[in-house]
Amino acid sequence: MSSTPSAERAPTPTDGGGSPRAYFTGRAFTELCRIATFFGVAVLAVLLLSVAWQSRHRIGWEFIANHDSILDPGKAGVLGGMMGSMWLMLLTVIFAVPIGVGAAIYLEEYAGNTWVTRLIRTNLANLAGVPSIVYGILGLTVFVRMFGIFSRGGPAAGVEAIHVLGVRIPLPFEDRVISGALTLSLLILPIIIVASQEALRAVPPSIRHASLALGATRWETIRYQVLPVSLPGICTGVILALSRAIGETAPLVMVGAATFYLRTPDGPFSVYTAIPMQIYNWATQPQAEYREAAAAAILVLLGGLLFLNGMAIFIRNHYQKKLQP
Amino acid sequence: MSQATDIPDRTITPPPGQSFVRRWTLRRAKEHLIQAVLFLCAILSVATTIGIILVLLSESVYSFAPDNPAFFQVFSFTEFVTGTEWVYKDDKFGVLPLLCGTILVAGIAALIGLPTGILSAVFLSEYASPRLRSTVKPILEILAGIPTVVYGYFALAFVNPYVLRPLFEGVLGFDVSSQNAASAGIVVGIMIIPMVSSLSEDALRAVPRSLREAGYALGSTKFDVSTKVVVPAALSGIIASFLLAVSRAIGETMAVAIAAGLTPNLTADVFEPVQTMTGYIVQISSADVDAGSAKYKSLYAVALCLFCATLAMNIVSQWVMRRFREVYE
Repeated sequence: MSSTPSAERAPTPTDGGGSPRAYFTGRAFTELCRIATFFGVAVLAVLLLSVAWQSRHRIGWEFIANHDSILDPGKAGVLGGMMGSMWLMLLTVIFAVPIGVGAAIYLEEYAGNTWVTRLIRTNLANLAGVPSIVYGILGLTVFVRMFGIFSRGGPAAGVEAIHVLGVRIPLPFEDRVISGALTLSLLILPIIIVASQEALRAVPPSIRHASLALGATRWETIRYQVLPVSLPGICTGVILALSRAIGETAPLVMVGAATFYLRTPDGPFSVYTAIPMQIYNWATQPQAEYREAAAAAILVLLGGLLFLNGMAIFIRNHYQKKLQP
Repeated sequence: MSQATDIPDRTITPPPGQSFVRRWTLRRAKEHLIQAVLFLCAILSVATTIGIILVLLSESVYSFAPDNPAFFQVFSFTEFVTGTEWVYKDDKFGVLPLLCGTILVAGIAALIGLPTGILSAVFLSEYASPRLRSTVKPILEILAGIPTVVYGYFALAFVNPYVLRPLFEGVLGFDVSSQNAASAGIVVGIMIIPMVSSLSEDALRAVPRSLREAGYALGSTKFDVSTKVVVPAALSGIIASFLLAVSRAIGETMAVAIAAGLTPNLTADVFEPVQTMTGYIVQISSADVDAGSAKYKSLYAVALCLFCATLAMNIVSQWVMRRFREVYE
């Protein structure tokens, strides 16, 4: 039953060279791959639709404007979580961006090919693969409990706070917003460093050479020539890192973000909650209203992520053309 | 002082005892200071790793403070690795149920995520048109960007009641509880599909066209070329992506905490609730256990296991990439 290639049409690679068995194997494999690919697409659609369907009663202005509630599950809202997440993101940016961009500048502009540089690079690659809960444990020990120095029996027991420039900073940081922000900063630091390195690498060397030729020092070149040009790429990287940080729950659970927090945080040293914490809490409650609230909070979170990613894409597209000579 | 030619000497010599080259300027000092500050920023990442290792070791293996002993100084290590009961309230610390939970969930995730990921990578790199690829790839990126709590909720509120229960309880008659390892494994598998797909696709596309064309020239079908030429050529990248994906599945916390529950259970029944290592860490940190007690330090012991496992897989994956990568001219 094998056919010879006809004169009108040359055999194509997918034909199987005329053998029906090879043809069907080829087609079956192609369709299997196609199914595998669209499985991912289908799952995303099912996920979004099911979450939207299960939250249809709750999503609305009252949900966003209300605080969480223990007494009445039907009135629980996401305002405390939204404010807490915004505080967290603000503080995380303040800590992570200078250090991350600084490290990227060092690795790209100053570092030689020494063992220290190789150690730092290998280290960054490994840190990116560490589970987020291990960062939570690090944050718990370093920021929340501060190695037990300030607890009963520790060397600095009894110290409650220090005063810096008129601001009272309670020690240890315990379960306040600042612990969560510092832990999340450590988590997204590798992402920011890698993205900033890419952005700095994309700057044409001719700009650096011209600046150095005109007598600028290395730092002046970076500060006035390289950084402004790479700023859109760095911003995009920061926004993508933030969109990772916004959804992280495990580190926040470890450093003590509250599950039922009924107010808005009033500063970096207040107790707090975050949207993912509220989702985690509500999803495991027995009452159906809490689970609907979890679905609605998921929509709020996904909406925030969509906004962040849209902003990143806009920045990338808008500033891309300026780099063309 | 050249007298040999008629060219006048235009060099200016400095006054005796001085030099025109100022060794110290404010500008130069500032440069050095800035370089030092930037170096400190870069070294912070190393400090983070050292911090993680120190914290895990000092709380679980050996502690220098006599009144604050590490976990393995109070509880027995052999009991930890061989015991089959994990009840932290009764001081029973055999890690095998947690290990079993982690392996069940990660195993199911690997069964679902790895084949789907590699098949979709093959489709996107070999069979799909550029337009289709540019449409599908962002969608898979979106799948990768969804937070894990959302997947946990999806498992609990959709996968279990509307997919697993009808299929396995209704049709096949198994007993499916509301939190089980299967729903957690399915959802974590979905989570790692984009990772395997994009890393494998990079590896597949790095294989030069000449290899494929040589295959076609010798009369192979597209199926032959894809499976017998391209995939083996990209195997190092594919295996590295598998290892990274499994490492991610092992370290996954929130989705399994919500979907698989927090009950330690040494079982092979995937429809029962299990607790993974990550789930236990989350559970005990929010339980009311005294923060400095040896019982509390069990979380550091479990975290040490977890960290070693994921670190080992990441290092092996990088080694595989380096050692077996085919470099084409």
